[in-house]
Amino acid sequence: MEIFQGRYLSWETREGVIEVALHHGPCNEIGLLALEELEKLSSALHTLAHQTHALILYSSLTSGFCAGADLRELYFRSQEMEKARALEGVRDFLERIHKVLNTIDAAPLTTIAAVHGVTFGGGFELALVCDLIIADKMARFCFPELRLGLVPGFGGIPRLKRDLGNAVVRDLLLTGRSFNATKAHAVGLVSQVVAEGESLRVARATAAQLAKFDRRTAIAAKKFIKPIPYHEMKQEIDLFCQLFVEPAVEAGLRKFVESTDALPYLP
Amino acid sequence: MKTQEQTLDDILDLAAKHFKVEREKLGPDDDFFKALGIDSLQALDLLTRLENHFHVELPDYELQGVSDFRTLAERIQARL
Repeated sequence: MEIFQGRYLSWETREGVIEVALHHGPCNEIGLLALEELEKLSSALHTLAHQTHALILYSSLTSGFCAGADLRELYFRSQEMEKARALEGVRDFLERIHKVLNTIDAAPLTTIAAVHGVTFGGGFELALVCDLIIADKMARFCFPELRLGLVPGFGGIPRLKRDLGNAVVRDLLLTGRSFNATKAHAVGLVSQVVAEGESLRVARATAAQLAKFDRRTAIAAKKFIKPIPYHEMKQEIDLFCQLFVEPAVEAGLRKFVESTDALPYLP
Repeated sequence: MKTQEQTLDDILDLAAKHFKVEREKLGPDDDFFKALGIDSLQALDLLTRLENHFHVELPDYELQGVSDFRTLAERIQARL
């Protein structure tokens, strides 16, 4: 499928590049709809990867790249069912999204996240599956999960540890603070910081550069340098599920849902 | 190094320009959420613009409970 137009995301291929746009307001929160359409992308990648050399993931919303998991959906769905079933649902969701993100992480093409604005929680984790992150100078990265009594659940901790090392993970995870693009660049998370509104253009220029290289060599190089930490990701799912049944989580999610602010977990 | 008054002026100038509010209508002790008519998402945008302008890091937790320009200037001044 060279073109897909969904409610959460759309993609098209041009000049050997798959461009995936996220466009579901308010800020591309990841719930069941997002998961289903990401699964479609993941399935299509098996074919598309033979016709393309790069993938660019970006948001067409001004609010940002992605604010993370859809906490409202998570809260209300959990309230509708008994705890054991809610936990089963959470585990199933996590296992499905891990499968999708692992496929993108290992895809035999070079992947670029072009980010701006809010890149939080699951949105940050989505960017982390990409080989390169190009950030506009207004981008902000954060793992706010501890504020809800949880840990990141989409593979963010193992991937960030793989890419940057334990100290940066601890800083982001344990303080819950957010990094701007300059800081993210300084610690090696972001490959390029660009002017406001320029991340997609620069990602396209980068993708055009990648087309100059031998495809099989690029795939072999990526496979060599980017191992997927499967074991730690399974442990992360277990830890998330273990924490999810704690009363602090329900209280944190309720506080979030009842807030009328745009991003209630921020100061 | 900038004085705290200069830092405060820079903040007020930047906020007025970006959020399209008349500079004269902003005072040091104003609640910036109310004076600029912004929510927490826009406050985050302001935080990033201030970090970029002053070349400092402002951890979110240092700004918890801060809602006036003067205290914001103090927090930034402490990192210049």
